[in-house]
Amino acid sequence: MVEPLLSVSDLKVHYPIRGGLFGRPVGYVKAVDGIDISIAPGESVALVGESGCGKSTLGAAILGMTRPTAGEIRFDGKPVIHGEASRARNLSRDIQIVFQDPASALNPKLSIGESIAEPLAIHGVGTAAERKTRVEELLGLVGLHAGHATRKPNAFSGGQRQRIVIARALALNPKLLILDEPVSALDVSIRSQILNLLLDLQKHFGLSYLFISHDLSVVRHFADRVAVMYLGHIVETGATQDVFANPVHPYTEALLSAVPLPDPMAQRTRRRIILKGDLPSPANPPKGCKFVTRCPLAQSVCHERQPELRRVAHAHASACHLRA
Amino acid sequence: MSHPLLSVDELRVTIGGQPVVDGISFDIAQGEILSLVGESGCGKSMTAFSVMGLLPRAARLSGGRVMLDGTELSALTETELQALRGNELAMIFQEPVASLNPLMKIGRQIEESLIVHRGLEGREARRAAIDMLAEVGIPEPEIRAGQYPFELSGGMCQRAMIAMALICRPRLLIADEPTTALDVTIQAQILDLMKKLRDETGTAILLITHDMGVVAEMADRVAVMYAGRVIETAPVDALFARQEHPYTRLLLKTIPRLDGEPKETLPVIEGLVPDIGQWPEGCRFSPRCPLANDACRKAVPPLASRRDIGSTACWHAEQVGAI
Repeated sequence: MVEPLLSVSDLKVHYPIRGGLFGRPVGYVKAVDGIDISIAPGESVALVGESGCGKSTLGAAILGMTRPTAGEIRFDGKPVIHGEASRARNLSRDIQIVFQDPASALNPKLSIGESIAEPLAIHGVGTAAERKTRVEELLGLVGLHAGHATRKPNAFSGGQRQRIVIARALALNPKLLILDEPVSALDVSIRSQILNLLLDLQKHFGLSYLFISHDLSVVRHFADRVAVMYLGHIVETGATQDVFANPVHPYTEALLSAVPLPDPMAQRTRRRIILKGDLPSPANPPKGCKFVTRCPLAQSVCHERQPELRRVAHAHASACHLRA
Repeated sequence: MSHPLLSVDELRVTIGGQPVVDGISFDIAQGEILSLVGESGCGKSMTAFSVMGLLPRAARLSGGRVMLDGTELSALTETELQALRGNELAMIFQEPVASLNPLMKIGRQIEESLIVHRGLEGREARRAAIDMLAEVGIPEPEIRAGQYPFELSGGMCQRAMIAMALICRPRLLIADEPTTALDVTIQAQILDLMKKLRDETGTAILLITHDMGVVAEMADRVAVMYAGRVIETAPVDALFARQEHPYTRLLLKTIPRLDGEPKETLPVIEGLVPDIGQWPEGCRFSPRCPLANDACRKAVPPLASRRDIGSTACWHAEQVGAI
């Protein structure tokens, strides 16, 4: 097996809830609660789940932007140590992030050329002239013109700004890109342009992607493997094709059936599972299986013990007491 | 067919002299769900606000008529409109949390229109509000009615807003991206609820969305907008089976599908959605259209009837299938 580029084991990120007179922790939000995930070079892994499931926190922990409570993150064989400034800097050459909203991810006062050159300047890469050449090259890579470099972000549309953000993320030749909902804020007719660009770049540079999204059709199109998260836990993981074709966990099944298909005939005939109730608050999750409050199959065992992630088929695992 | 419940005829809205809605027409029958689809800046929300008489101050209704069951809404005074809003006409918005009054208890906000429009009093109105909360699927409605919006989740707030909109049994509900801010499993609940309420009460719905999946799930009929105009209308099945405008066709092709070929290069629509005020001459889609020729760049194609079931504004409608 190929040595994974990134491996996360038993990662926990707990945020204290402070209260009382002295602001002592009165509880914890277990945003990420014991997660294992690995990404091979050139692979795309998607994290899927609804708001509050911990997918963005996991992304932030991998980037070194938030300190894990427990567990280990290894990148390229070396442990990622959080908080140590020099370390974090080295890491940021190799791991970069593209956020959902390109409008707020770019400094409106800087020309886009300056924004793209910023990571190079911070890491002391090249002379000013070399950086300028690199910026032009990067703009070309993402389908913009070298002449655009002097303009401010407000001269660009949402899709173009996302291209600029991608160019900046590529400036230091990273190995892993974290894509946090990269097309959700874009117009529908622009999304496919950006998805195609990301797939092309991956082919070209052998990039690995951690793709964070709630849009299952995009995930199905984009990712090699998928991990479905619910309240800080992975409830199902496997090759994208397998998970989408044969979802095992009742949550995955409900999530897939909730996606409205752009096909009215199919929509009318397919079986839909409509979950009852809301996502529980991550500050006050249920005992036992986290999905128990909304699960149509729940039995008494589900209220008592939390199910372990178990293998159900080759490279396909699910955490459910009832279906394994 | 009997006369439509809502009839919008050649509606025009301008902001600072620039057209944002440029002569659009559509009808909605009683109990029908019409989906208005388009991308940001196409004028779909402004259309909704015009029907409600809630255009922002900078915008002006510069032409056309909006008729609700024979009454010309666009000619009513503010007082007359107020008597209709929340009563015959209701609207729900994308951001449920931002659209509720944060300082007023949920129950009170729902009662308000009963007190104003139906003259109900205290206990009676409270009872009706609690029943309505139960009807939209809020558990423990008595407790929820006494809570403030911040105490409820996004999905619950959207249910509360639907309860508020439907309490007077409106004849027309305008829903502007009602599930865009919600999670997928909550979206499924809300869409299901809206359909159920339509079936039970016969309320017609003008559903504004950019999500073709939501359209396929909900709509009876669809009107696709691009740059201030309606460019194609058809019953939902006909539209998804065969598109006669290149924009609709390409839009559907660019969406990754759950049953598509993974990692394949997706078809794209070249170029950008034109900004308001920068709309090109002739057919506004022509700079992005693979079929465009000189005729398209010169003359605006009229919205012409297609096979008696819908209409299309394209000079090359018969060639669209080949894209």
